[in-house]
Amino acid sequence: MLGVNTVLKREFASYFATPIAYVFIFIFLVLSGVFTFYLGNFYERQQADLTPFFSFHPWLYLFLVPAVSMRLWSEERKSGTIELLMTLPLTKLEVIVGKFLAAWFFTGIALLLTFPLWITVNYLGEPDNGVILASYLGSWLMAGGFLAIGSCASALSKSQVIAFILCGVVCLLFILAGFPLVLNAFNDWVPAILVDTIASLSFLTHFTSVSKGVLSLRDILYFFSMIVFWLFTTAVVLELKQAN
Amino acid sequence: MIEVTHLQKRFGQLLAVDDISFKIVPGEILGFLGPNGAGKSTTMKMLTGFLAPTMGKVSIWGCDIETDKLSAQKQIGYLPEGTPAYEEMTPRSFLDFIAEVRGYNKSERVERIAFVTEIMALESVLDQRIETLSKGFKRRVGLAQAIIHDPKVLVLDEPTDGLDPNQKYQVREMIRGLSKDKIVIISTHILEEIAAVCTRVAIISNGKIVSDCTPRELEEKSRYHQAVTLKVKVQEDLSKFAGRLNDLDVVRSVEKNEWELLVIPEHKDGSLLPAIANLVKEEDWQLAELFQEKGRLDEVFRSITEGGPHVGS
Repeated sequence: MLGVNTVLKREFASYFATPIAYVFIFIFLVLSGVFTFYLGNFYERQQADLTPFFSFHPWLYLFLVPAVSMRLWSEERKSGTIELLMTLPLTKLEVIVGKFLAAWFFTGIALLLTFPLWITVNYLGEPDNGVILASYLGSWLMAGGFLAIGSCASALSKSQVIAFILCGVVCLLFILAGFPLVLNAFNDWVPAILVDTIASLSFLTHFTSVSKGVLSLRDILYFFSMIVFWLFTTAVVLELKQAN
Repeated sequence: MIEVTHLQKRFGQLLAVDDISFKIVPGEILGFLGPNGAGKSTTMKMLTGFLAPTMGKVSIWGCDIETDKLSAQKQIGYLPEGTPAYEEMTPRSFLDFIAEVRGYNKSERVERIAFVTEIMALESVLDQRIETLSKGFKRRVGLAQAIIHDPKVLVLDEPTDGLDPNQKYQVREMIRGLSKDKIVIISTHILEEIAAVCTRVAIISNGKIVSDCTPRELEEKSRYHQAVTLKVKVQEDLSKFAGRLNDLDVVRSVEKNEWELLVIPEHKDGSLLPAIANLVKEEDWQLAELFQEKGRLDEVFRSITEGGPHVGS
C-alpha cells in the first residue's frame, strides 16, 4: 500500500501544476458565497448557523465535482500515460485509491478555504461550532461519494466531456432520489418500503440530517459504502478495459 | 529469460495477435519488425502487463505476467509507443515519481536520477516542464524512466520513431551500450534499425511471427544477397557487358539500369564476385565501380509480409 502514497502525492501536485486547482477553488468559493448570502438568505434568517451554506452543497457539488473527477482516468487514457501507470509495479487498488484520495483531499482544501464564513457566524453570534464541524465533515464525506462516482465515469471514457456529463447525470439521480417532489410522485403507487429504499440511497436524505449537524453512524456508513462501491466499480471498469 | 507461449489477443472480430510463441535469453536484442497494425505493439502491451492476453502465457524470469504481475513488472522497463509522460511535470519530478514507485528511498532516488540524467544528457532540461520539451528530449525522458531501475528486461516500442538522424544514432548507441545480461525488445518498422542494433529479428505480419532469425540470415534470404553491381563509365558498354555476363554459369540474371548492371547469382556460395572480377580483368573492362551486395532488407521484408516476389533460398 506504499504505492497509494506515491500516486497520491503525484496526483495532488498535478492539480496545482495547472490552473485547474486555482480556477476550481475560486469558483467554489464564489458560488458557495452566492448560494449562502443570496439564495440562502443568510442575514435575513437572523440565525447564527451555517445551514444555508451547507444545504446548497449537494447542488454545488453536482457540477463542480465532475469537473475535478473527469480528468482522473480520461486524461491518462487520452495522453497514453495510463499505459505507463499500469505497467509500473503498482496494484490497481493502489492507483485507484491514490487517485481518489488526491481528488478528495483537494476538494477538502477547497472546503476548508470557506473558513471566512465560519469566522463570520462566530463574529455575528454564538453558533454551535460542534454542529458546524460535523457539517463540514459530512459535506466532505458527500464530496467523496460524488468523486467516487466521477472516478467510475472517468474510467469509462477517453473523453473528459463525456466523463463530466456521465458523472453529473448519475450524481443528479442520487440527489433526486431523495427530493420530496420525486418521492411524492412514487408515494401513491409504489409500496412504502420501496420508496424508503429509494430515499435511503439518496445523497439528499443523508445530507439533510448532516447539514443540521447530526452526523450519525448510519450516514457515515452510507457515504463510505458509496465510496467503496464506486471505487470497486472503477476497478471493474478498468479490468474490462484491460481485457479488451 | 522471457518465455512466450501461444500468446493470442482478440479484439472483437479482429485477431490482433495469433498464437505467438518465442523465447528470449539474456544478451539478446530482439527486434520486432512488421508493417503498421501487424500486432507489434499489442504483443508488447501483453508482455508488459498492460493488456491481458485472450489466451497464452508470458513468463518474465519465471514470473507469470497475469498471476505474478508485480514481480514481473518490477523487472521490466517499458517505453510505450509515443512516449507518454505527465506533461505538466518536469523531468526531475517525473523521474522522481517513477523511482519512488520503483521502490527507491530519497537519497537513492537522487542518485538514480543523476545516473540516468547523465546517460540521457538531460541536465539542461531537468527543471523544464515536459510539455515544453522537443520530441527528442521527450523521448530521452521516456527512455530515462525505462532504465532508471536498471531493469533486466527493456521493452521499447518504436524508440527512434520521429527522431532526427543524430538522435536516432544516440538512442541506438544507448541500446547497444546496455550490459550483456539484459534482454532488450524493440519494435520498429525502420529496416536499417534492425541491422544497426538487433541480434535477432522477428518479423510479425497479421499477428503471426513469419520469420525469426538474425539480421544477417535475413539479408541472406534476399535474392540480392551476394549480387554484384557494376557501374560503367560509358553507357554504350552496358548491353555488351550484360551479354557477356549472361553467358557465365554462375549468373542467374542481369538487371540493367541507366549506368549500372545488377548481376544476380545462381548460387549464394560466393562464386559470383571472383568470376566477374576475372572476366573484367580478362576483357579489360573500364568500370567506375564494382561491389557486392549484402542483401536488401526492404525486399525481404516486402516479400515476407506481402507474399510478394519469391524469396530465393
